[in-house]
Amino acid sequence: MQTAVTILIDGLTYASWLFIVALGLTLVFGVLKILNIAHGSFYALGAYAAASFVGWAAALKWAPAFSIVAMMLAAVVVAVVVAPLTERALLRFFYGRDEVLLVLVTYALFLIMEDVTKLVWGANPYYVSEPYALFGNVSFGRQTWVGYDFALVALAVVIGVAVWWVLNRTRVGKVTLAVIHSAEVASSMGVDVSKVYMGAFSVGIFLAALGGAFTAPMISVQPGVSVGVIIVSFAVVIIGGLGSIQGAAIGALIVGLARSFAVHVAPVAELFSIYVVMAVVLMFRPEGLFQRTQARRI
Amino acid sequence: MTKRTSAGAAAQRSALALAALLAAGGASAQETFKVGIVSFLSGQAAESFGIPAVNGAKALVDAFNKGAAPAPYNKAGFGGMKLEAVYVDENGGATKQVQELKNLYDREKVDAVVGYVGSGDCLAVAPAAEEMKKFLLLYDCGTPRIFEDGKYEYVFRTAAHATMDNVALVRYLKAKNVKAETFNMINQDYAWGQDSKKDFTWSMEKLYPGAKPGEDQLPKFGAGQYGTEISALMAKPADVTHSSLWGGDLQAFVLQAAPRGLFQRTQVVFSAADHVLPGLGEKMPNGVILGARGAYGLMSPKSALNDWWWDLYSKAYGVYPVQAPYRMVQALLGLKLAAEKAMAANGGKKPTHEQLAAALKDLEWESPAGRIRMALGNGHQAVQDTAIGRTRYDAAKKMVVLDDIVRFPADCVNPPPTMKSEDWIKAGFPGAKGCP
Repeated sequence: MQTAVTILIDGLTYASWLFIVALGLTLVFGVLKILNIAHGSFYALGAYAAASFVGWAAALKWAPAFSIVAMMLAAVVVAVVVAPLTERALLRFFYGRDEVLLVLVTYALFLIMEDVTKLVWGANPYYVSEPYALFGNVSFGRQTWVGYDFALVALAVVIGVAVWWVLNRTRVGKVTLAVIHSAEVASSMGVDVSKVYMGAFSVGIFLAALGGAFTAPMISVQPGVSVGVIIVSFAVVIIGGLGSIQGAAIGALIVGLARSFAVHVAPVAELFSIYVVMAVVLMFRPEGLFQRTQARRI
Repeated sequence: MTKRTSAGAAAQRSALALAALLAAGGASAQETFKVGIVSFLSGQAAESFGIPAVNGAKALVDAFNKGAAPAPYNKAGFGGMKLEAVYVDENGGATKQVQELKNLYDREKVDAVVGYVGSGDCLAVAPAAEEMKKFLLLYDCGTPRIFEDGKYEYVFRTAAHATMDNVALVRYLKAKNVKAETFNMINQDYAWGQDSKKDFTWSMEKLYPGAKPGEDQLPKFGAGQYGTEISALMAKPADVTHSSLWGGDLQAFVLQAAPRGLFQRTQVVFSAADHVLPGLGEKMPNGVILGARGAYGLMSPKSALNDWWWDLYSKAYGVYPVQAPYRMVQALLGLKLAAEKAMAANGGKKPTHEQLAAALKDLEWESPAGRIRMALGNGHQAVQDTAIGRTRYDAAKKMVVLDDIVRFPADCVNPPPTMKSEDWIKAGFPGAKGCP
């Protein structure tokens, strides 16, 4: 019983972190049809920005609880400043081109951003572990978890519901869905597609940066943090179906639970577990769990 | 007038010819010894290993060229030749490293390459250098397999391999009477982590015959998130928890495990953790037993050479040197002595790759961390002393200090030249000498 609960909790906390990042990735693909290799770099940027913002908050003698606000602000700044700049100054010139070309462009962006973050923040690590202690600890049997991990689960739920609600219950969301289905038709109906692209890209980057910002207290922020997250995020969106929000949620849950089960039961298969799940899903649902099969346009 | 002019021109020509002859006969101040230095300048290993090591190299190359290093390293440059370093990023995987290594030899025309932190990279580049018959000095990577499974003429490693780290850890536990009836492990899933856990397990079998291994976690390199692994380690708590995690992975593990109380439930032992102490500060729990893969940093021995090196590095970078720059400096000191030895045997001329290799084979020299002896791998693999200590945060100094330091002579924790590490440990460390 204890082991089952532990697997469930560990799987859930890992999945929530993964969901926040993967949701941004799948949203950008859904709207802009860009497989954003640089998504991990925005995640890293969020982590670095959070380190700086939390440091400034401490210097201004803000109460420790406000470090959460500082982390949110860091993600907002990345989304408001860096994302539109990237989309307007770079990506829009490649819309309509082969998807492979966009993969190469975002890969180049990933390499550039790696060095830019190093130029700005240097190679030394940043520690912002104070927010990690804000929510105390939760004990169950032999286990003790940090309350912050459960706060991340709550944050993931709030974000998932908010994105779903905006997309399905608001005018902006319906316009975005129209662009997802067909940018051409939406444009002919008077939708400013480029604005939708910029908005969706910024939201996607906000989610990446938010994931990075809320991970910063658990790690030392340093060069290379962008790499690991992007690979496993791709596994999540491929399992769930590229562009599907429900898919990202279910994909993150599957990956989180599979990994947790493997670590507790057969640690040697930890890495393998994620990709075996992905392979099995792709065998039966090549488009992913929540991607509708699309008719080929002639 | 005309006569005097032509006599002057003749004298000038003679002087030029003499200079040319001198240059041809021995190293001149203008001649350079070009060394390619490969380490992580980006990616996950840059902060803890690559950049501190390269910083150490830069400080030392500068000191060499000024002739500012203490004797016997006080000859300017390498035997009068200016030392020129070309820095290359190790990030990008083993295949890329093989190509970069070939570029260094073929395009940059380097006289030697010093490099490689990653065990996988070392395993890949060593055969490539050997095939090209070019001098390669591995300065950091830990896997024992390089010289135990392979035989090389042109490849050397000037730091001890990982067997020493884990044998010393277990010997420390034994010397300090640490209870170890059960032990858990968490190591990265690649050559370094796999080799480390094997060496630790075999050493435990010999020195703690009744100890039972429990959890054997193998997260991938760069995982960053260890919540699930920490739960697994806490679910079946053991007397001792061993790890060879390093860099950002180690920092993340400590930051995530400490608030959950793992360090209170088990005696954590890290085989290569000194480099995270300056950064983590008070976030590193007290009482953790750790090694530095040598007698480095806070565990380095007192000597004039170490004092000079400590001051050089600390003044240049505002932080004390940890294991990576120490290993870089011991590599460059050895290379300098080998180059000067080879030059002396070569009429003062720059040595070839063959001559350099012959000069470094079986060489011994003093480093800030103690004496380095190329005693294993047919004179190609170094042994050195090491030390293990226990963490304590010193609030007055605002830094982590190490208490209960125990020093282990090289012959106590390294296998003899005639045995492979695995066989030596499994045979119960035959021939081990001077153990405390």
